[in-house]
Amino acid sequence: MRQSKSLYMAVGLFVIAAFCALVILAFHMSDFSGSRTGSAYKVEAMFDNIGGLKLRAPVRIAGVTIGRVSDIELDADTFQAKVSLRLSSEVNHIPIDTSASILTEGLLGANYISLTPGFDKTNLAEGSVIQTTHSAMILEKLIGKFIYSKASGDKKN
Amino acid sequence: MRVGHASLFLWSVITSRMPIRRFFPLLAEQLYRTGVLSLLITVLSGFFIGMVVSLQGFHTLQKFSAEQALGKLLALSVVRELGPVITALLFSGRAGSALTAEIGLMSTTDQLSAMRMLGVHPLWRVVAPRFWAGVIALPLLTIIFDVVAIYGGSLVGVDWLGVDTGAFWSGMKSVVHFGDDVVNGIIKSLVFAFLTLWIAVYQGYFCEPNAKGMSIATTKTVVYSALAILCFDFILTALIMGGW
Repeated sequence: MRQSKSLYMAVGLFVIAAFCALVILAFHMSDFSGSRTGSAYKVEAMFDNIGGLKLRAPVRIAGVTIGRVSDIELDADTFQAKVSLRLSSEVNHIPIDTSASILTEGLLGANYISLTPGFDKTNLAEGSVIQTTHSAMILEKLIGKFIYSKASGDKKN
Repeated sequence: MRVGHASLFLWSVITSRMPIRRFFPLLAEQLYRTGVLSLLITVLSGFFIGMVVSLQGFHTLQKFSAEQALGKLLALSVVRELGPVITALLFSGRAGSALTAEIGLMSTTDQLSAMRMLGVHPLWRVVAPRFWAGVIALPLLTIIFDVVAIYGGSLVGVDWLGVDTGAFWSGMKSVVHFGDDVVNGIIKSLVFAFLTLWIAVYQGYFCEPNAKGMSIATTKTVVYSALAILCFDFILTALIMGGW
């Protein structure tokens, strides 16, 4: 009996250790705390070109992450990209004339959406559409433009 | 033909009716033997795997001056692939082979037939507790392996090689998604547990009743488990895990 008791205790400790490990994994090593807690509202934005924007890319104001990209699809009529953003309800007074632009973290980093707040009195709410958007900056296009203007500039001289 | 036979056997193990009050002590004993006693090898190998991934990854990332991404690299590779696969391989070597040998010896020495004569069905008295204990133990071991490996990797990456602590941990948090990466890793290890235990128990129960037959059965357990784990790892990664 004594032996089986210590055996039960070892098994119990094993299960508890695994559970603690799962908690550490959830809260310390993955985004469990960030993605589930707190309610959110959904806002849409239409972009001409989203570049390499991915699902769950961060949405930031002044560099602070306030939400994530929850859906990306093509609008069949306008051929624009329809990007849905889930913003934290804590930030619920963003003016409706806010503009959204797709930026890159560093030169080769991942894309994210940066919101630049406007001045309107009405705020973004569930389902509103951000009107002013700036497409992703495509590095190849920029380089192409630069080389083209350089070449045509050389010809003039 | 063997697969069909083995499937029927698996079905009868899973559906074997067992009195819960008598089943629980058996299950606890097997959990102790397969789970708790496998803890040491799991923790040690997790620690070293994390350290070596960190060391190797650091030198590769350094060539692109991207050491900051070490935390992401380490956590994703451990949680998604290395954790489930290596724990399952270790488990099949440490616990699966032991199960085959044990059940095989029981059937060779007619202990299973003796049980049947006493009216105790060996399926629920011998096979089912070992099967379920293994299926419970392997995912738990995988979770512990993941955590230990990541801490081992941070020991090398942050404390020894000098990657920035903040970049290491926050980069990891921003990339590893609990719902996708961690949960899918645990689902993987659950599938591996089913496969390994199924093979081990089947090989032991139907091993040829002599010394040579037992050695063949034990070898087959380890070989088949390793192949099944690696093959299903590819299939599961392709099916349930999307992009990075």
